[in-house]
Amino acid sequence: MNQTPKLICKNVWKLYGDNPKEFLQSHNNNPNKEIIKTGGYIQAIRNASLEVYENEILVIMGLSGSGKSTLVRCMSRLVEPTIGEIFFENIDMGKLSKNELIEIRRHKMGMVFQHFALFPHRTVIENIAFPLEIQGISRRDREKSALEIIELVGLQGRENYFPKELSGGQQQRVGIGRSLAVKPELWFLDEPFSALDPLIRKEMQNEFLKIQNTLKKTIIFITHDFDEAIKLADRIIIMNEGRIVQIGSPEDLIMKPADDYVKEFTEDLPRERLLSVKSIMSNEKDLNNSTKVNEDEKIFSILEKVLSKGSVSVIDKSNNVVGSLSKETVSKFINN
Amino acid sequence: MKKNKISNKIIFISLTILTFLFYLYGKEIANYFDSKWLIKYPKHYSFPFAIYTSSFVKWLINDASFGLFSFNDLTRFFAWIIEQPYNVVLAIFSKGILKGQGQDAIQIMEPLSWISVVGIFFTLALYTRDKFLILLVVLSIVYLAVFDQWQSSMITLSSIIIAVPIGVVLGILFGILSYKSKILEQIITPILDLMQTVPVFAYLVPILVMFGFGPVSALIATIIYAMPPMVRTTLLALNNIDPQLKESGIMSGCTDRQLMWKVLIPVSKPTLLIGVNQVIMLSLNMVIIASMIGAGGLGYDVLASLRRLDIGGGIESGIAIVVIAIALDRLSQSFANLPTLSKKTQEKFFTKYKKIIFLVFYIIGIYILGAFFNFFKLFPKELMIDTSLFWEELVKYININYFDNLESFKITLLTFFMLPIKKFFLGIPWPWFIFIITIIGWYFGKIKLALLCLMMSIFIVTTGLWEKAMITLYLCGSSVIIASIIGIPLGIWAGLSRRANKILTAFIDTLQTLPSFVYLIPVVMLFRVGDFTAMIAVILYALAPAVRYTAHGVKNINNQIVEAALISGCSQRQLLFKIRLPLALPEILLGINQTIMLALSMLVITALVGTRDLGQEVYIGLTKADIGRGLVAGLCVAFISIIADRIIKAGSNNLKNKYGIK
Repeated sequence: MNQTPKLICKNVWKLYGDNPKEFLQSHNNNPNKEIIKTGGYIQAIRNASLEVYENEILVIMGLSGSGKSTLVRCMSRLVEPTIGEIFFENIDMGKLSKNELIEIRRHKMGMVFQHFALFPHRTVIENIAFPLEIQGISRRDREKSALEIIELVGLQGRENYFPKELSGGQQQRVGIGRSLAVKPELWFLDEPFSALDPLIRKEMQNEFLKIQNTLKKTIIFITHDFDEAIKLADRIIIMNEGRIVQIGSPEDLIMKPADDYVKEFTEDLPRERLLSVKSIMSNEKDLNNSTKVNEDEKIFSILEKVLSKGSVSVIDKSNNVVGSLSKETVSKFINN
Repeated sequence: MKKNKISNKIIFISLTILTFLFYLYGKEIANYFDSKWLIKYPKHYSFPFAIYTSSFVKWLINDASFGLFSFNDLTRFFAWIIEQPYNVVLAIFSKGILKGQGQDAIQIMEPLSWISVVGIFFTLALYTRDKFLILLVVLSIVYLAVFDQWQSSMITLSSIIIAVPIGVVLGILFGILSYKSKILEQIITPILDLMQTVPVFAYLVPILVMFGFGPVSALIATIIYAMPPMVRTTLLALNNIDPQLKESGIMSGCTDRQLMWKVLIPVSKPTLLIGVNQVIMLSLNMVIIASMIGAGGLGYDVLASLRRLDIGGGIESGIAIVVIAIALDRLSQSFANLPTLSKKTQEKFFTKYKKIIFLVFYIIGIYILGAFFNFFKLFPKELMIDTSLFWEELVKYININYFDNLESFKITLLTFFMLPIKKFFLGIPWPWFIFIITIIGWYFGKIKLALLCLMMSIFIVTTGLWEKAMITLYLCGSSVIIASIIGIPLGIWAGLSRRANKILTAFIDTLQTLPSFVYLIPVVMLFRVGDFTAMIAVILYALAPAVRYTAHGVKNINNQIVEAALISGCSQRQLLFKIRLPLALPEILLGINQTIMLALSMLVITALVGTRDLGQEVYIGLTKADIGRGLVAGLCVAFISIIADRIIKAGSNNLKNKYGIK
């Protein structure tokens, strides 16, 4: 994975109340939860620092009120952070003028909303072409681009429908289409699938991954659904009470939860479906074993082999033996 | 907690008894202590607000100047701006294009013929695709021609055509400005409150003085009266937009202006159209009132016939106003509810505008035909129907055959219901009354509301209008009591039965489209002038909200609560009295509140039939062009309604908070 950071947040705070900046400064820019509460302030984000790498899907996961929505709005400056710096492609977002900010939003950012936020008075194609329209692009050009996007999100034939004539899933396809109209580099998705039925949600998740495979955007994806986070994420940020609790890959979170809060989320997960052989194999190389499994395979898919043979040999991509896995280890892991 | 409740009860009961005692023996007490001021506020202590206001306005008109131009120039300038489009519209619909002045004027182009106007409204109605509505609108316009109301109707229509767009545009602009600036919102909201509670008559006077007698003054008064709901609706619509929708506009890279005009305003369009409907209805409501300061047309006809006691003529013109009101109301409502349908293909210019193109050819055709056949120009006199004689006869018939019944009904209500209430209000010493109002304010809204009640009632006393205010209270009170006695049961019925709801809604909708003045006509016919007539007219006008809010409250109860009650074994009766009504109470209170507001605004109009309350004072101010007198009395009415409004709303909110419903 490409590790150049596209967006960096440094010590971002957001408090609501009178003169929150002064309050933070008078507490050394680091008041704790109780001081904030007794000071009469409402905390949204406490000291969040993170990096978003190019072309990754970074999922911010937390329950409602954990500050994840506010954090994302600080990144796009829909909400002004109280203190802290945000750099987008090495530009300090806090120092941008209003017009510069509009320019960045017109060309480099896109956002999808939980309740779709479609303009009810505009048809599908007019919704998707809207960001181009306000840039002053001619009708013919913007409709041409919009038609391409309509195809990408699978809404052919519905160009002239109004949002209320579409199902929830289709409406969110329009929302996704509109956010992609300007070919953004940074793509925010704020709980895009939370308002959808479970089956539609699954379908949309798969489609989202498919789109990302072709477009390769840098994505910040918010969800309160841990399964969704695990399914989509390259890396996950867990937030609780306005604070970032842990940043890591899905496997990191399961194997090394930072605290009990994270652990509670991971406990009920079908771990054999999420973890790869690599994460539980022993390093003893069993060169004589003829049954071989790849280290990146999920435990679930090699279960039968291990249980019937008693033990298997683990190889890497270039067929070198790197370790072994026994029936006992697997059953111990599953029963844990 | 429980102890508190009991002591509250004791205080409540003792205060009630004391009030009653004061009412019975107030005069004796005052005489005993030789202090008449208890009953009658001494004249030499009253503060001459009226005189100060009058001289201020005089100064404004005669001497005030902004350096380059005087205040008078400014008002003339506004008048001129409004006059230009008005003259154009008036030429199109009523006068035609004239050359020359006064008597020697030659008409060089005819106004639109009645057939063309029918065509215009037919085309408008076509857009709604509602066959019933098309029929209704066409019949309404044809009615105006057939019943010989054409000339006046077109003058009235012209003023509506000018007043409504100006009111709507100004309303939206003020709405947007106060949406953008919190400070402005805080300034504008109380002004709107006051504009809607000060009776119209009161600000007719300053307009009359500033702009003179004539159609332009009438237009300005209409715009001022009809604009506040548009400001409110705009503000409400903008504030209620889903924040995500706004964010999605910003994230698409909208500038502030693009955000407002491409996202926020179009998204609020359905709500804004409801505001437009209200502006239309209020403008129509002003038609008769505005004729007092120079609007011609139907309003003038009604007013003139009322003054002549020409019942037939009054009814004819009144019905014409009602017909226009219903047609415009239904038309604008169905435009507001017009569904957006997907256009499957891009439309060509001609298909898109074919109705309008057709209409233009139609009007030209009719105009040419009109040059040859008079029928296409004017509706033939011999086909017109005159109903005024019929109405005269009907009234005569009723008054001859049912006089005794009507009279005994009137006298019974007067002696056993209205007079005791009147005595009660006039009998209580004013200091005690103010004390009680303040206590009530404190009970419902703590110190803030108590202060408001105290200050406002002290204002009323110091103007020297206390007695008139009490008469206003008595008239308003008795009307509201009867309106509630009739309206709340009707509302309950509508809330419980779908069929009743359908019928009552249609009935109430029609009641609310009628301009307030129209109610006076039949009542005067049957009961002549006086307090009783005023009360009946007020009841008719103010009935609607009592029914509507009650129905809404009874109907809109969480279905699960109803199911829970039924599962517990409630009978329908128990369900109503133990569940629905208590939960609907906050809503019913709001309905009564609205009824009070409407009653107060109607009371001022009933001054025309000879009441002796604050409304009469305002009306006298108007007829004598005495700005101060009219405004001060108007402010008193406004304060009464503000006190009532704040107390009832606070009570309703307390209940809602207690039940945890929003």
